[in-house]
Amino acid sequence: MNATLNPPTSTPAPAPESSRKKPTAFTDPALVRGAIIDSFVKLDPRTQIRNPVMFVVFVGAILTTIACFTDPSGFNIQVTLWLWFTVLFANFAEAIAEGRGKAQAATLRKMRTTTMARRLKGDREEKVAAGELRKGDLVVCENGDVIPSDGDVVEGIASVDESAITGESAPVIRESGGDHSAVTGGTRVISDRIVIRITSEPGNTFLDRMITMVESATRGRTPNEIALGILLVSLTFVFLLAVGTLRPIAQLSEKLAGQSGVINVSLVVLVCLTVCLIPTTIGALLSAIGISGIDRMIQRNVLATSGRAVEAAGDIDVLLLDKTGTITLGNRQAAAFIPAPGVDEKDLAAAAHLASLADETPEGRSIVVLAKERFNLRARDVAEKHAEFVPFTAQTRMSGVDLTTPEGIVRMRKGAAESVRRWVVENGGEYPQAVTEAVEMVSRSGGTPLVVAEQHCVLGVVQLKDVVKGGIRERFAQLRKMGIRTIMITGDNPMTAAAIAAEAGVDDFMAEAKPEDKLARIREEQAKDHLVAMTGDGTNDAPALAQADVGVAMSTGTQAAREAGNMVDLDSNPTKLIEVVEIGKQLLMTRGALTTFSIANDIAKYFAIIPAMFLGLYATEAGGKGPLAALDLMHLHSPQSAILSAVIFNALIIIALIPLALRGVSYRALGAASVLRRNVLIYGIGGVLVPFIGIKVLDLLLVALHLA
Amino acid sequence: MQAHDWIQLAIYLAALFVLAPVLGKFMHQVFSGERTFLAPLLGPAERLIYKLGGVDAQREMRWTGYVVALLAFNVLGGLLTLAQLMTQAWLPLNPEHLPNLPFALALNTAVSFMTNTNWQAYSGENTMSYLSQMAGLAVHNFTSAATGIVVVIALIRGLTRRSGDTVGNFWADLVRCTLYILLPLSLVFSVVLVQQGVPQTFQEYAAAKTIEGAEQIIPLGPAASQIAIKQLGTNGGGFFGVNSAHPFENPTPFTNFLEMLAIFVIPAGLTYTLGLMTGDRRQGWTIFGAMFALFIMGFGLSWWAEMQPNPATGLVSNMEGKEVRLGIMNSTLFSTITTDASCGAVNAMHDSLTPIAGGVALVNMLLGEVIFGGVGAGLYGMLVFVILTVFLAGLMVGRTPEYLGKKIEAREVKWAVVAALAPCVCILLGTAIAASVPAGSATINNQGAHGFSEILYAFTSAAANNGSAFAGIGVNNDFYNYALAICMFLGRFAVIVPVLAIAGSMVGKKIAPPSPGTFPTSGFTFIGLLIAVVLIVGGLNFFPALSLGPIVEHLLMAAGRTF
Repeated sequence: MNATLNPPTSTPAPAPESSRKKPTAFTDPALVRGAIIDSFVKLDPRTQIRNPVMFVVFVGAILTTIACFTDPSGFNIQVTLWLWFTVLFANFAEAIAEGRGKAQAATLRKMRTTTMARRLKGDREEKVAAGELRKGDLVVCENGDVIPSDGDVVEGIASVDESAITGESAPVIRESGGDHSAVTGGTRVISDRIVIRITSEPGNTFLDRMITMVESATRGRTPNEIALGILLVSLTFVFLLAVGTLRPIAQLSEKLAGQSGVINVSLVVLVCLTVCLIPTTIGALLSAIGISGIDRMIQRNVLATSGRAVEAAGDIDVLLLDKTGTITLGNRQAAAFIPAPGVDEKDLAAAAHLASLADETPEGRSIVVLAKERFNLRARDVAEKHAEFVPFTAQTRMSGVDLTTPEGIVRMRKGAAESVRRWVVENGGEYPQAVTEAVEMVSRSGGTPLVVAEQHCVLGVVQLKDVVKGGIRERFAQLRKMGIRTIMITGDNPMTAAAIAAEAGVDDFMAEAKPEDKLARIREEQAKDHLVAMTGDGTNDAPALAQADVGVAMSTGTQAAREAGNMVDLDSNPTKLIEVVEIGKQLLMTRGALTTFSIANDIAKYFAIIPAMFLGLYATEAGGKGPLAALDLMHLHSPQSAILSAVIFNALIIIALIPLALRGVSYRALGAASVLRRNVLIYGIGGVLVPFIGIKVLDLLLVALHLA
Repeated sequence: MQAHDWIQLAIYLAALFVLAPVLGKFMHQVFSGERTFLAPLLGPAERLIYKLGGVDAQREMRWTGYVVALLAFNVLGGLLTLAQLMTQAWLPLNPEHLPNLPFALALNTAVSFMTNTNWQAYSGENTMSYLSQMAGLAVHNFTSAATGIVVVIALIRGLTRRSGDTVGNFWADLVRCTLYILLPLSLVFSVVLVQQGVPQTFQEYAAAKTIEGAEQIIPLGPAASQIAIKQLGTNGGGFFGVNSAHPFENPTPFTNFLEMLAIFVIPAGLTYTLGLMTGDRRQGWTIFGAMFALFIMGFGLSWWAEMQPNPATGLVSNMEGKEVRLGIMNSTLFSTITTDASCGAVNAMHDSLTPIAGGVALVNMLLGEVIFGGVGAGLYGMLVFVILTVFLAGLMVGRTPEYLGKKIEAREVKWAVVAALAPCVCILLGTAIAASVPAGSATINNQGAHGFSEILYAFTSAAANNGSAFAGIGVNNDFYNYALAICMFLGRFAVIVPVLAIAGSMVGKKIAPPSPGTFPTSGFTFIGLLIAVVLIVGGLNFFPALSLGPIVEHLLMAAGRTF
């Protein structure tokens, strides 16, 4: 069989969504328990001050707690409790988002500490702890050994179980040379023996980086988070000012009204107003949103080196996609039998079928399947024919079968046109012109020809075709709607490339592309101010991966590639790039939606608290209602129940929105204009209306429970 | 609401729609350095000014250089006027022998005119000499207007340029703006005003005998030239104390119409200039649309409120404080326009507006003067809100927010927030201080909520650089002269500096090509969003204060209670 028919790509992992769904953080009791404990640990002022918006609530809670000692009214105590709940809920949101990462990091760390390595010193082997290995050391791993650190295989071939890192139970092949030489510390060799050259210093291995990544999701804030943080702090500041200036203004108003003491500007009430106005909802959930974005990447087995990379993924507008494995199935499949002159198509099919029976490559299997479909040929009892299978070798570039029949040995071969031609001519046969023409025709149409021969007689050509993945066309159409352009990269000739590009519906393609062409293309797109994402695995992909704005390296790839990209896909599934972009977008959308929601909430809270505070102003009788009662649109029971309802709503909405923050807002591949309209409707208009209803319901509840 | 009211309104709006593109296109020519039809006439003058000033008009400045030049020019100009006002008695063109101004009033006035506010704690006819009016105040009317315009031009350059790190040459922009835009428009407008009956003379005040035989002094002066620019440059400082309610400032219904149009024409035109400079006219019309919608909402509410019978006084029509010549509709339209744009010229006493109409005037200013707004200032204020809108809502489409293809990042958000909130801080702090110290409330003439509204209005008008007043409060005292001068200064330059900083940090950024995934910053959805952000970010802080002012005042009036 032709070597080009077996391109060095791994089989894509199964569809990620369905198979990989892990339980949500909420349904895991251990995580919830840990998060509750953490919520209290995070009450440390040094932790609180990192989130200025929530720090204001924290200080407010302390102030009202003090007020409770001087005036332990039911109202003060309830307000104080709910303010502490607000702080705790915010802590909980962050803690639960961190929880899964922490658990994962703990497992990974356990794996790292227990490994012993067999280091080669000349010809001798010595046992050292994995932590002592330095870059350049050679270590041996045999069946059952855990690979002590990251490295490249320099000798041998072995199956490696990478499930500890990827969660994928099927072992993968790692061998010296080529693009499948990288091994990861913490994975296990399950057959054969390999020698590995260590490529990472201790503390800087893939596993270490993975641990840092999952653990440090909270610490590094992304540029967009920082910008949003500035806005939230500024809003907080100005609302603090609006509330802080209220007391003198209110007192002047009382004086002008000829009244005194009718406006409630007590510290507790002012704290309530402040807490309700500052953007606590988004302030409480901001870090949880960021962490869970990275977490969603990890759930899909993509490791981003930074939160910044995840955000950048949302901005991508050009995708560079390798044809093989991303757009087409990794392997070509038999599509037609083209018999030589004078040969029956069925005979050709039968010979090809026989010659492929023992061929376990996808191409071989596809020939068997096609023969069965077209001529209902079934696997006959080849044993009684004394069949001996001839495997594919790089020298012959053919495979086939030798049948021992009463008439003698019948040899059947299939392979690349040139190899088969030589074989036929050597056996004294003739290679017909019509077959050469058929071979050319197949090549031109974007397929790969396989010539089938029996002894010295050429039977015909099997046409192998690239098969475009199901659903990929629709996927590209969605991407186009989202404003993302797809470019297919292939080593095929332009004609073949054009045929596949048209079938898959990509926007552009690069034919006969060499790795350096990728780099040039990325630079060219970036010069036009596009943001480019790509996937790659080979060492010669490394420059392009480093140049791309988002570079997803395949975990099966070389160490160089893995270090050049800013993400690593543990499943080594090139289609994942599309999901990566979607997660990036979803992360930003969630942040925007909850900010909008949080700010829109203020309107209703004003209408609850302002009339409650100013109710007595200009009242005609003492204790009566003044004109500003007209602002009490919700007809709340009393000033106290109104303020309390607003505070409780403000606390509960945080808890209510934690699942949304962790899951992300629902995402659809639509153009920006329609996404915007949809989200404005839900989170903007919704943000205005929901608290009106919520506060009214809470007010009714408080009254029913005799709490206000 | 009679037919002729509607017809006048329709003509006004139509004229605005027609003139905005015409002037916008011309201003684009001026600021892109193109040759305009005025070049043969004014080109030599322009070159002479550069030569005298030693300015290389081709050498562009980075944003920092632009800020330094702008601040130096404005502050030095302010100091010069301060000196002039304090020595006017010894200077020429003072036929009425008006005395020197005390320091507090002179400072307040100098800052006021330097910042395009034109808050007047004095009455022109009995305080200012002709020289002070012409060489002091009217000059500032030109320079402060030009300052506002060139800032927004520098900002738009920052938003649209593909390369480089400069935002223009301040001196060249200033000269071209004054020479090609403000002077010719003012000249034409002055001549029309003179034809309609506005005085333009150096004669001393006229003495006349009334029908009853009493002596009357009729103030005169070079009014027309100053009135033209106070409207066109959204300055608003009247030549006479009662501003455009005075028959010599605003003699006919036609001048009233022209004066209203003059306030909006440059700010509206600039939105079109924005469209041209971005290469996408829809961007300009979108901003125009948002401004227009806010204007119509405010005017509609105001007009409706003014047409309601007053339950407190039992009067069917609210004519108190209005010129009978002009009537309710023209007074309300003027009051909305003058507070939308940071003009502050008035043709009726805002103090006498109904609580809702007065509240609309107040809110127009509280929002940061972005509804057309001051010349230049309105558009750069609105662009700050655009940046905030893009940042808040842009995230919702799943991309790092960008405006005109340039990313909005931490630095821009920081400066945008400073620009949007600096006036807020001035207003809230100023009002609170005035409410707490005796000097602040000592001069309130009204009891009840209106007294508070007057304080709030004064600080709002100053910080928003509007200059109109609820005149029921005495403001020519040290407390208000100093406090309001600080507010005017910060309300102007604590916005301009951040705006130029935004220009500077945006100018070098790359422009992402638009695609279906780009957050659309034109069209009705964006107009709606922008309005929402202006109202929420710009206005929500003031809800408590407004409740204690116009809102409760309206509710009290509805209940028929007076104070």
